[in-house]
Amino acid sequence: MDSSEVAFQDVARRRWRIAIVLTLAMVAMYFGFILLVAFDKPLLGRLVSPGLSLGMLLGALVIVVSWIMTWIYVRWANTHYDRVLHDLRAGTRQ
Amino acid sequence: MIIAQAAAGQATRIGEPNAVAMAFFFAFIAITIGITWWAARRTRTTEEFYAAGRTISAGQNGFALAGDYMSAASFLGIAGLVSTTGFDGLIYSTGWLVGWPVVLFLIAEPLRNLGKYTFADVVASRLRQAPVRIAAAIGTLATVTFYLIAQMVGAGGLIRLMFGLNYETAIMIVGAAMLAYVLFGGMIATTWVQIVKAVLLLGGAALLALLVLSKFGFNPTRLFAAAAEKYGAGVLAPGRLVAKPLDAVSLGMALMFGTAGLPHILMRFYTVPDAQTARKSVFYATGLIGFFYLMTFVLGFGAMVLVGPEAIRAVDAGGNMAAPLLAETLGGTPFLGFIAAVAFATILAVVAGLTLSGAAALSHDLWVNVARGGHATPGEQLRVARVATIVLAVVAVMLGITFKGQNVAYMVGLAFAIAASANFPALVLSIFWRRCTTTGVVSSMVLGTAATLTLIYLSPTIQVDILKHESAVFPLRNPALITIPLSFFIAIVVSLLTANTGEQAGYARVEREMHTGH
Repeated sequence: MDSSEVAFQDVARRRWRIAIVLTLAMVAMYFGFILLVAFDKPLLGRLVSPGLSLGMLLGALVIVVSWIMTWIYVRWANTHYDRVLHDLRAGTRQ
Repeated sequence: MIIAQAAAGQATRIGEPNAVAMAFFFAFIAITIGITWWAARRTRTTEEFYAAGRTISAGQNGFALAGDYMSAASFLGIAGLVSTTGFDGLIYSTGWLVGWPVVLFLIAEPLRNLGKYTFADVVASRLRQAPVRIAAAIGTLATVTFYLIAQMVGAGGLIRLMFGLNYETAIMIVGAAMLAYVLFGGMIATTWVQIVKAVLLLGGAALLALLVLSKFGFNPTRLFAAAAEKYGAGVLAPGRLVAKPLDAVSLGMALMFGTAGLPHILMRFYTVPDAQTARKSVFYATGLIGFFYLMTFVLGFGAMVLVGPEAIRAVDAGGNMAAPLLAETLGGTPFLGFIAAVAFATILAVVAGLTLSGAAALSHDLWVNVARGGHATPGEQLRVARVATIVLAVVAVMLGITFKGQNVAYMVGLAFAIAASANFPALVLSIFWRRCTTTGVVSSMVLGTAATLTLIYLSPTIQVDILKHESAVFPLRNPALITIPLSFFIAIVVSLLTANTGEQAGYARVEREMHTGH
């Protein structure tokens, strides 16, 4: 196996690892929320400030954090992943 | 004052022909037909018909994805649920968003790098073409059909309520306009229709939310406090809708993993030039859709406080007219007309996207790659795609008329459950797992579809609510809790039993291509 193949395998493995970790984080966050909805209704009904229940705050946070997680991934992939692929491609052309 | 407004809700002009709604609606039709005419001259090849020539930018695709995804169920359904049940409706707001990061992390880039027009291209890339494509077409057409029924029935009811047109006429109008977009303008027109619709829907919803907030000093918590004061603190906490815990978890699974199996969403990733653009477009789409679902908090509670649940249920028992009623309360008949036209445009655009993805499964997967073994001239491919579009449009209109008066909510849940159980496991395993085989993937897709349909049929929604039986054999309203793990299990066990060194060897080539696009 040549060095470009090793470098490629390496970056591909890293991308999968990051994708899987972020996916698991999403699953944990969302199902944490759903399990609270399903099994601890009084807790989510508690008010954190007048008019704002913990359930609504967490629901809104799930939406906002989901978007931040897409931003984290896109930022990593745009800078790190694409640069490695670019270098690999430049390397194979020489 | 609030009670006076609730009483005034009974004097709504919903259901009467509304000149403003007609004017906005015809303006939308005129603009989109103009776009279609422009797109038709740019739609000469199969690549242009199915994938807009792969020229769509990240920002455009972000709006188009959002347009394809935010159906009337999101806008009218969630606002209605929140306004009549409070917090419970918001479970849908979060559930419909969390699928997007999953699409980004696992699916978007490999899909763009490996496929041409349909998600079956990816699953079949190192497996046997014919069986995989037939199975994928079954999953696609099942998902598209149930999604189409929901949208068509919703459109018919909506137009009847808003314009006073009769149901069948309304369905025909939707069918005809959608057919024109897809048939002549293909993916280029469909994409621009989604973009126009997404801008209208986001703009309309934002305007409505701002008008609501202006009554509460631009402080959402004061709105929520007003709702709690009027209808009890219970409206801010989980309640009746998720009385059974496992129902909530099962619905959550369908919503989270269904998005990554929706054929009309997956198809959008082929319209962009490369994987990097696909990736960025999901980031934009997630932001737009998230912003929209955050606004549903304000719209739903706004309608609860300013219109009142009784007045909303008086117009439509399902609560679907909450957002239009809110618009009427805040901006009178002209604003009602605008929001009505936006809701109609929303349905029309989603129907067009669904039809195009169904046509791709029929023509690209079944006809070109199975019936003709991949050997069809470009002219023939385009002809078959257009014939498939006409067939699907006729089927959609017939389904819309047949299922008149059905509860549409369970149809959307069904579409998500099929997408999550039939398409998602096969797609993920074919991308991630070296050892998956043709037989494994095909059994998973076929049995996943069959199990989902069977369990839905045995569920309380069909057995108790529709067939009026005493009890249901299967207790869950959404089968995803059982069928998603079942599909993965079938794919894995059958693959291990039918281990195939040739297909494993193909993974090395596919792996490089899915990461690099070369």
